[in-house]
Amino acid sequence: MAMNWKRALLLTAGVGVPTIALLSFGMTRDPRQINSPLPGRDAPAFTRGVFATGADPMLRMEVGDTVRMAEHRGEIVVVNFWASWCLECRVEHEGLSMTASEYAPDGVKFFGLLYNDKEEAGLRWLSQMGGQAYPALSDPGARVAIDYGLYGVPETFVVDQRGQVAHKFVGAVNPADMRVLLDSLLKANGPSQPVGSDAPVSRTLPAGGDGS
Amino acid sequence: MIRRRATRSRLTTITLWAAVVLLAPWHGAGAQPAEPGVVGATGNTAAGSLDGNTQTPLPGKDPVLDERVKAVSKVLRCPVCQGESIQDSPADLATQMKALVREQMASGQSEEQVLDYFVAKYGQWILLEPRAEGINLLVYWLPVVFLVLGTGLIVVVVKKWTKPVPATDV
Amino acid sequence: MTRVLGLAAVWMALVMSVYGIGAAVMGLTRRRPSLVASAFQAVYVIFALMTLATGAMIYALVTHDFSVDYVAQVGSRSTPLFYTIISLWGALEGSILFWGWVLAMYSAVVVYLNRNRPGGLVPWSSVALMTVSLYFFILLVGPANPWGLVSPVPFDGPGPNPLLQNHILMGVHPPLLYLGYVGMTVPFAFAVGALLSGEIHSGDWIKLTRRWTLSAWAFLSLAIIAGMWWSYEVLGWGGYWAWDPVENASFMPWLTATAFLHSAMVQERRGMLKLWNVNLIVSTFLLTILGTFLTRSGIISSVHAFTTGTIGYYFLAFMAFCLITSLVLVGGNSEGLRSEGHLDSAASRETVFLFNNLFLTGFTFVVVFGTLFPLLADLFNGSQVTIGAPFFNKMTIPICVALLFLMGVGPSLPWKAASREQLRQAFLLPGGTALAIVALSLALGMRDVYGIAAFSLAGFALVCNLREYAVGAQARVRAHNEAFPVALARLVTSNRRRYGGYLAHLGIIMVAAAVTASSSFRFERDATLKPGETMAVKGDLSVRFVQMWGRDEPQREVVGADVEILRDGEVVGTMDPRMNFYKAQQQPVPTPAVRSRPTGDVYINLMAFTQDGQSATIKVILEPFVPWIWVGGLVIALGAVVSAWPQSKRAPRAVGYVRPVSTGARGGADATFPGAAVPMQQMQQAPTLPTHTG
Repeated sequence: MAMNWKRALLLTAGVGVPTIALLSFGMTRDPRQINSPLPGRDAPAFTRGVFATGADPMLRMEVGDTVRMAEHRGEIVVVNFWASWCLECRVEHEGLSMTASEYAPDGVKFFGLLYNDKEEAGLRWLSQMGGQAYPALSDPGARVAIDYGLYGVPETFVVDQRGQVAHKFVGAVNPADMRVLLDSLLKANGPSQPVGSDAPVSRTLPAGGDGS
Repeated sequence: MIRRRATRSRLTTITLWAAVVLLAPWHGAGAQPAEPGVVGATGNTAAGSLDGNTQTPLPGKDPVLDERVKAVSKVLRCPVCQGESIQDSPADLATQMKALVREQMASGQSEEQVLDYFVAKYGQWILLEPRAEGINLLVYWLPVVFLVLGTGLIVVVVKKWTKPVPATDV
Repeated sequence: MTRVLGLAAVWMALVMSVYGIGAAVMGLTRRRPSLVASAFQAVYVIFALMTLATGAMIYALVTHDFSVDYVAQVGSRSTPLFYTIISLWGALEGSILFWGWVLAMYSAVVVYLNRNRPGGLVPWSSVALMTVSLYFFILLVGPANPWGLVSPVPFDGPGPNPLLQNHILMGVHPPLLYLGYVGMTVPFAFAVGALLSGEIHSGDWIKLTRRWTLSAWAFLSLAIIAGMWWSYEVLGWGGYWAWDPVENASFMPWLTATAFLHSAMVQERRGMLKLWNVNLIVSTFLLTILGTFLTRSGIISSVHAFTTGTIGYYFLAFMAFCLITSLVLVGGNSEGLRSEGHLDSAASRETVFLFNNLFLTGFTFVVVFGTLFPLLADLFNGSQVTIGAPFFNKMTIPICVALLFLMGVGPSLPWKAASREQLRQAFLLPGGTALAIVALSLALGMRDVYGIAAFSLAGFALVCNLREYAVGAQARVRAHNEAFPVALARLVTSNRRRYGGYLAHLGIIMVAAAVTASSSFRFERDATLKPGETMAVKGDLSVRFVQMWGRDEPQREVVGADVEILRDGEVVGTMDPRMNFYKAQQQPVPTPAVRSRPTGDVYINLMAFTQDGQSATIKVILEPFVPWIWVGGLVIALGAVVSAWPQSKRAPRAVGYVRPVSTGARGGADATFPGAAVPMQQMQQAPTLPTHTG
């Protein structure tokens, strides 16, 4: 059998290698991990009512109060989406609540948005879990959730002092990661306080990524 | 000689036919799912209904709006399903997104604006059909190139093979 | 015990395949026929060993031997026996085991039927078959080992994926799919054998290959249609094809195999397209491996539920091995495969086959490129894009329309050259039919260009193909003075291959017309109703929600709604869409209720209900002509059976064919199963948002 090795080699290099290279590249990607376009952009504004007060005195709000994102310019805001039917939310609950109390003196605000769930179910869950440091808000019609490009719960967005999304956590938040992020934001942008105070907000933030 | 001419005219017919088949399908490939004509026409209707009433019409009340919502919902990917559109999916999030689409369109937004909104929130991933721009042009046009080149090849080859040749034993 | 036996059998099969490959290669290169004969024996032994291994697994499943890893993974004491047995292919490891068994069976049959064939073709083919088998055996003792020991032995298991124990079609679709998918290895092995033995230049191997391809193709066609049916009956969205990567994986090799079945005729008749045909066969096989890789590596997000792990890398390595081996073998030989073509006229069947091949490979290109494109966009652009149903529909519907047209033109044109008069006669009636359908569609208010084109060209192709039967039978009536039905039957038996092919065309036309109708005229409406409330659907049709009910079954709880179907206010039937809550699964699995009539289905899905049974949300979908898709699938398979059935000795058509292979017949018998094809595991339609895990 007379082989034309040159042609065989050419085809291998021209067709075989690129195909295999593409598939090998594919093996390094996780199709389930979808990048959010939000980090680095202005955090979507929302106005939502409080249905659970929050245990920490510095974070506490009354039932029926309204949270307006626009009023928190200059502050670091952590927006956590959760639900009573979500198992991963149980995993992150205690750590997130503790981190909220820990950073309350620094002016970091935490809000829990209830996704696709009844308020009663949410309240029952909170009391089962031993309360929560920060207030819980309802989100009828999941409008805020969609505005934040939600895929599932829990997802947690950290909004920096300039009102931009600094980072999105997918899945249960590891408190250590959250601390590192909040510390770096406080260090880079100065204190977390409402606009109007004399906080210099200038330096560029560490680039936000997706996931952890 | 006459036979040759007949062959050529048939070749021309085949080529022409192939060209028609090839070109017809993709005139819309570059366009977004929203057809501009439809946007203009129905956009007014929706805006009209908005003037009198800030309430979003329920499904079944406004057939034109229903159709527009359906068209957009069909190209939006349900984030919690597997490759399904929010139109087909019974998942809660899909239902909520559909309601939002309806509300946005009832308030006078065009198909394009609604899609832009979802892309801004979820990334291009949310579109079941990528926008025909940048590298995405490849996925729309390479198949066309494939078929055009293939047609060209067949025409050349058939022309060559139909040349009267001394009888060879193939 | 069962565990050790199964694992030992797989290990021995692995050793036997290594031995068999070595013996065959040595025997061929050193001209020692006894070694080749020994390699053939090895093929039979491998089949016996794999039968033992598969039997052991079924035994372990049936006896709930939870010490076996795979049984602990998919078994459950509460699962009904039927679903316990078919959970053999319900998860990754079992499906690889089943694959290995099907491949071993094919290898044994191929070798047995052709063992006396002179020349190196069969021995070299057996080397190729054993090499592919060897790979699957390596998987079975490595990353896909189903025989791992579970300790301590659990008392019960989670049971199979609920989607897979929800419908009887899950016992039909996967075996058909494997018979078709794995069956494509045989033509590939013949191509490799022909290349390595130098027999590629004789026309003989293509005839052998064509019949094997035809039987595998029949299984694959049935499997695809059965998969559509399953998806329609189980997933609850009222559709049957979603262009999911799993569906695409089964469809890609089907397209190239279809192209080959046509172009092989050109090679047999005219000696042309040798290189092209080898390419098609090799591509078909490579696409089966690519499809398996895509669905089992987790590289592309898909509805499949196979767990991912290191196995993806094994598939990648094997894919690379097969691709490069094929490129070297075919590329290195391509000079010798060039064939000078000659055509008498452009208006001939040969030309139509060229276009048929162009559009089928173009179709394949769209599907393969579309499926892989997200990787490409990510690699070059860092962007995440989705290539979903709207894209594939937009790109492939025009191709389908063109193929429908060709399906009519091809049979109507004679080989070599058509005269003007022949053309006029052949196309007058079909052309008229097509125009009449266009006019009718417009008159009925259809405005969708592709819908009209599809209907009209389906009519065109239908008349063209029917005309072939009619004209042929009439000629017999005149020549032999036979009654028309007799003439028709004799016509078909006198040239089974040709008229079987036309029958397959009729099946495809049915499927095409039914798909067009069901997607053009689909109508859906949903509402939340209280018991006794009625929802008007369309025309005189309405539905009344009667009540909710529930029942406990060992492995699940079933909640259903009784719904009455009314025409003009008269109850004409009742339906009971259900939701199944499996113990091992959070999300409920729907069971839509389907009421089939020749004109179409009423499809009802229970979307939601309140716990007190005082309201239910039901979705009613009217699906015109959908049942004809399933019927079309059977007709396609029947056509393939007629076509592959060995010609009787009195009228030999397969000239130079040494020994008729009876697999076609075998394929035929099995192929009458109702059903056909696609995705192994399907959509997770989450009614609620899933939680993120780790």
